[in-house]
Amino acid sequence: MDLGSISLVAFFASLMVASTPILLAALGEMVTERAGVLNLGVEGMMIIGAICGFAIAIESGSAAAGFLGAAAGGALLSMLFAILTQFLYATQVPSGLALTLVGVGLASLIGQPYVGESPPLMGKLHIPVFESIPFFGPVMFQHDPIVYLSLILAVLVGVFLKYTRGGLILRAVGENHDAAHALGYKVRLVRVMAIGFGGAMAGLGGAYISLIRVPQWTDGITGGIGWIALAIVVFASWKPERVVFGAYLFGGLTALQLNLQAANIPLLFVLPYLVMLAGVIYFVIAVAVGSWKKTLDVKPTLKTFAQFIGVGLVLLLIGIATNYASSLDLLMLSSAPFVATIVVLVVISARSKGASNGPAMLGKIFQAH
Amino acid sequence: MFKKILATTALAVGLAGAAFADDKTKVGFVYVGPINDGGWTQGHDHGRQELEKHFGDKVETVFVENVPEGPDAERIMTQMALTGTDIIFATSFGFMDPTINVAAKFPDVKFEHATGYKQADNVSVYSARFYEGRAIQGTIAGRMTKSNIVGYIGSVPIPEVVRGINSAYIHAKKVNPDVEFKVIWIYEWMNPAKEADAAKALLEQGADVILQHTDSTAPLAAAKEAGAIGFGQASDMYDFAPNPRVSSIIDDWAPYYIERTQAVMDGTWSSTNTWGGIASGMVGIGEITDAVPADVKAEALAMKDAIVAGTYHPFTGPLNKQDGTPWLAEGEVADDGALAGMSFYVEGLTGEIPQ
Repeated sequence: MDLGSISLVAFFASLMVASTPILLAALGEMVTERAGVLNLGVEGMMIIGAICGFAIAIESGSAAAGFLGAAAGGALLSMLFAILTQFLYATQVPSGLALTLVGVGLASLIGQPYVGESPPLMGKLHIPVFESIPFFGPVMFQHDPIVYLSLILAVLVGVFLKYTRGGLILRAVGENHDAAHALGYKVRLVRVMAIGFGGAMAGLGGAYISLIRVPQWTDGITGGIGWIALAIVVFASWKPERVVFGAYLFGGLTALQLNLQAANIPLLFVLPYLVMLAGVIYFVIAVAVGSWKKTLDVKPTLKTFAQFIGVGLVLLLIGIATNYASSLDLLMLSSAPFVATIVVLVVISARSKGASNGPAMLGKIFQAH
Repeated sequence: MFKKILATTALAVGLAGAAFADDKTKVGFVYVGPINDGGWTQGHDHGRQELEKHFGDKVETVFVENVPEGPDAERIMTQMALTGTDIIFATSFGFMDPTINVAAKFPDVKFEHATGYKQADNVSVYSARFYEGRAIQGTIAGRMTKSNIVGYIGSVPIPEVVRGINSAYIHAKKVNPDVEFKVIWIYEWMNPAKEADAAKALLEQGADVILQHTDSTAPLAAAKEAGAIGFGQASDMYDFAPNPRVSSIIDDWAPYYIERTQAVMDGTWSSTNTWGGIASGMVGIGEITDAVPADVKAEALAMKDAIVAGTYHPFTGPLNKQDGTPWLAEGEVADDGALAGMSFYVEGLTGEIPQ
């Protein structure tokens, strides 16, 4: 075991890189779902974005042009879904799954001539002044422009949904499309635009993988990240700040797991403490914010805090009981997307009894009459 | 109703296929990855193309790529067997049980399973002694590393991969006693994003040589960015030469595929267990580039010659297991049985093999 060999700066920097594609795709999907449309084709749109971005970057010699092309490609593919679900009234779940199949196959076809090519690289954008802050500089302010773009987009999406008229209309369409229609809003147009935005964002996320994170083209390059993005939207209760948190949590776990392996430390050896630490941080922030806003409700805060600590203790016990068996690391790493999906389903079904946080019209077909 | 029509059509096509197959030998290939992965599957598909070139009109080949290791593989092999395929090459370790299952249902069809150990009357197994190539890689890695940290991206923890890690480590240690190996398992044969992340994590922790047992070129791209070196895996990956790719292990399956297909044509096919190495041409060592100093290159090539001549075996004692218990005595050579089932690290490696 060699904890010292993990460079914290490098770790947090790689965490941000690993999280960015998930964040981009999840933000887009969140907007789509807030308009009441469940598009399960994120993986397909991501991989189309990955290959469109890659091809255009190579042909034009510019990574920035590649990203624009990726957004266009993802949006274009999502229009197929829009036609199916908004004009032909196809059911959304199978249409979305089909979109993934189409996307993966099409990307493979388009990608044939691009195997083994190296794309033009996107330079890093060091933010002046901030980049020289010790620790935080190299971690947060010495990245490629897309990392910043993803965070700026998260803020913009949040502001759009909460404070603008357009956001209000979009949410109205997602919560009650009949009422929105009766008020004269163009439900179908809003939804088509939301689907297109989701496609463009997924495309950006895919291109981030093929142009920056890997950077090259091979079949199946997105490797299930689209599914994780889908799961995160539900986990995050369709709230942008929580989507950011979820994306960074998942990206962080991926980066952490790899770093721990290289340093030869079992994941279960550190995970319990991290979970408990997260609980403490949550508690401190909740108390601080609560007493500042004078809305502190001690009981639920304590309950959540206790849940964090409880999960941490359970993980600690599992670790000790199994003597930190490496097979559990394997399980956590390789089954993460599946486990995430299952937990999401559990959460959804649990919520459907009480007040649901999801858009009320999610997945429902709207037909104007 | 629609299903019924489909089934009838499939049957008709199948029968037609069988009828045509009389004069042509039909050869099927089941791939775990895409044919353009730049590594493992591309190597097998190259073998398939060479097979077509060699026999011309006398063979017909079919392949299915991206086949998951599980029930899907069984379905696809059944489909192939039903449509008149004479011999099926299943080219991934995880196809082992599906191959055995399907073979039991089609005794007249010949099956060939790569890198496995389960044989049957109509199932042969074949593999390559990649560990011979790993010995040469290890030598170069041990000589080239300045940080004395070598990163190794493991795929799935099966004996073949463990053997490679051991062989590389033994020979790196031999030329550089201070060398240390850091191993990351990604539990997949190919996942470019994960491979890139793993390579970056290793590079961040000081590795300046990256060895990979995964199939994409993503680790080489990461090594290039960091100014480290790496090796081509399964295919030459020459696009990354002379730096970061300083050499490679190339799988050449073509001669084997031609030989086995010929045996089917002649009616002389029988169930065999083939394990070819550098000497038989199944394992090739890609050109060692000028990024490697001449004396290191000479040393590596001398080892290659000794392996080919049979005067040197990469697993020659004295060697201890990781826990310090003796494995091979001075001068003792590991037998194939021990190598085939290798599930332990040799002394000096840290960490444990995921079970």
